[in-house]
Amino acid sequence: MRLTKKTFVVSMMVLALTLLLVSSGMAENVKLTFWSWRTEDVEAYEQFISEFNQIHPHIEIEFIPYRNTEYNTILATSLQGGAGPDIIHLRTYGGMEPLAQAGYLVPLDDKIEALQDFRSDVLLGATLREDGRVYGVPVVEQTVLVLYNKAIFRDLGVEEPQTWDELVAIAAKAKAAGYIPFANGSKEGWTLETFFGAVAPTFYGGGSFFDEITSGQVDFTDSRFRSAIEKMLELRPYLPDDYVGVGYTDMQMMFAQEMAAMFLAGSYEFGTFAQMNPDLEIGVFIVPNLEANQDKYFSMYVDASYGMNANTKHPEEVLEFLKWTATKEFGTLYANTLQVLSVVPGIEISDPLLQKIVSLLGDHATSYLMLTAFRYGTPSGSTLLQNELQGVFGDTITLDQAIENIQTGLESWYEPFNK
Amino acid sequence: MAKRWAQKHIYLFFLLPGLLIYVLFMVYPLTSAIGYSLYSWDGMVKGVFQGLENFKVVLTQNPYNIRFWSAFRHNWIFFGITFLLQSTLGLFFATLFTREKKGYNLLQAAYFAPYTLSMVVVGFLWLLLLNPTWGPFNKGLRLIGLGHHAKSWLGQTGTALYSIVFVNAWRWLGFPILVFKAGLQGISDEYYEAAKVDGANAWQAFIRVTLPLVLPNIGMVTILTFIWIFNTFDLVFIMQGSSGNPYYSTDLLGTFFYRTAFGDSTTGGEPGQTGIASAIAVLMFLIISFVSYFGIRSLRKSEVEY
Repeated sequence: MRLTKKTFVVSMMVLALTLLLVSSGMAENVKLTFWSWRTEDVEAYEQFISEFNQIHPHIEIEFIPYRNTEYNTILATSLQGGAGPDIIHLRTYGGMEPLAQAGYLVPLDDKIEALQDFRSDVLLGATLREDGRVYGVPVVEQTVLVLYNKAIFRDLGVEEPQTWDELVAIAAKAKAAGYIPFANGSKEGWTLETFFGAVAPTFYGGGSFFDEITSGQVDFTDSRFRSAIEKMLELRPYLPDDYVGVGYTDMQMMFAQEMAAMFLAGSYEFGTFAQMNPDLEIGVFIVPNLEANQDKYFSMYVDASYGMNANTKHPEEVLEFLKWTATKEFGTLYANTLQVLSVVPGIEISDPLLQKIVSLLGDHATSYLMLTAFRYGTPSGSTLLQNELQGVFGDTITLDQAIENIQTGLESWYEPFNK
Repeated sequence: MAKRWAQKHIYLFFLLPGLLIYVLFMVYPLTSAIGYSLYSWDGMVKGVFQGLENFKVVLTQNPYNIRFWSAFRHNWIFFGITFLLQSTLGLFFATLFTREKKGYNLLQAAYFAPYTLSMVVVGFLWLLLLNPTWGPFNKGLRLIGLGHHAKSWLGQTGTALYSIVFVNAWRWLGFPILVFKAGLQGISDEYYEAAKVDGANAWQAFIRVTLPLVLPNIGMVTILTFIWIFNTFDLVFIMQGSSGNPYYSTDLLGTFFYRTAFGDSTTGGEPGQTGIASAIAVLMFLIISFVSYFGIRSLRKSEVEY
């Protein structure tokens, strides 16, 4: 067949049309699902996604949050069944590891360059320990310390305490003035781990104890661990009446309604309090040591990361989104929208409270003990600490028994304790 | 010949859909749980076959054995008190409601109403009612001068389990009442007339006539209660979390299984232990099958006819 000019033109047009169709087919809207446990952040995520769509209009993302306490189960069973979302809001440390281990996640460290600039203790939250690879883009870090009501402190005529005795004196003064000194209860065990995270690090000695215990050089029968819990128990007279029956929402209400002067809690509460009571003036401080010149510490942990389902049909689009979440633009947007500490390096935080925490991070932060190091097996250090502390605070068991139970429970699976 | 066989056995074909559903949703999960319990697991990854090792761990190794036996005990307490309540209070109200007096129908409906509520709703409702700070239950106690008895019902290890059992009974009691009443109504008046002729008083008539004839109903409800309570999970999970707060005092086999399989929900996630959790599930199944089997057998023996 001789190729005439006419047939050539026609065939070229056909080719051009085909290419056009194919390329427009590629740019066709791709719909991704994004599962999370952050039911309270739906509006914020809609905002993030619409910002993302300014750059990538063809990637549609549906944000689907599940109840916090049910999320892990729902996610794990879906992934086991070969389904699940395209983008996964991942827990961290031991909460993430089994998913990576089972091959449900895609390693990201070779795909997202920006991850190299993240702090190494931050990346640890999304790392599979056995292969050292990063399976999520870390999103947010949380801190646990003392939140206080500035107005109540003014009313009492007190300043942020510099020593442990000053702290106890403030609590006593608050109680005498009719306030609840600390809005902490023990009905829900996990709030006792928060209590521990705020008070204990100063007394067990922060990072050096952390390194010794995670490597198995010492165990939980160490006197530093014991004296840290004894300090927690010294605050018992300053907890609400019937604190054994006081649950988390009660605690939040007591602090938000300005009935309580202080709250041993996480930086993740700020957003909630801003909504519950916009007039509440919150300050933060680290639990001081016996003397003002002694070291003091508070707990830090990475709270979440974003990962990619290995089974996704749209890996490229998911990667586009994940890359975007590692940018300063996203970090700044995230931190200022939700009033939390984004882990993206070099972002600008406008909130003065968070600014203060950022300034304390370098010298005083230490990894949140049970959450970051002892949640790789069952019963986890958190489960044990929470329940044993509940036993001690409810006068069901002695501190000695509690410590023994924590140690025995962890020995059942934590390798370095069995060397 | 072949045709006749086909005609005669065509019913087998119609059994298929039901059998398929049964196999898919009953036989398969059950056997796979038994299978899982015989392997070692690394998170969600299946390891090597190790026989009864997981069962040994659950029954003998600290801390699993402590949690298992404590949950086992709590299940029996839960069942025991519920059984006592339903066979006394339940039977009492059922007897009362068989007398057709004005207003009894309304009362019966009122007693049955909580049973129609979802467990989640019941749990949440009682969490509010029993709140030590602003809950109406303690406020009520203070109002009637029993303020010294007001306490944190769900926060103390001594009272939490009993409070949960009470909340459950509050919801559950309508069901036994309904079944007992149906049983009582099935007893022919002739027996009572005969007893009267023999000179029996009301109490003797109840012991000699009513009780033996209503015993099958009591037995049936007891077995159902047992199965239900040994599988229960939701009420404790809603009110006291997956580790049975405070200090495992409301921990049941159901919550222990859940926590071991999926990790403690309040800790924001930790790996579950599929093998050990499956072993717990199999043990639960064995306990329930064993007790139910002997329960039903003795139930058959106890049936009387006059």
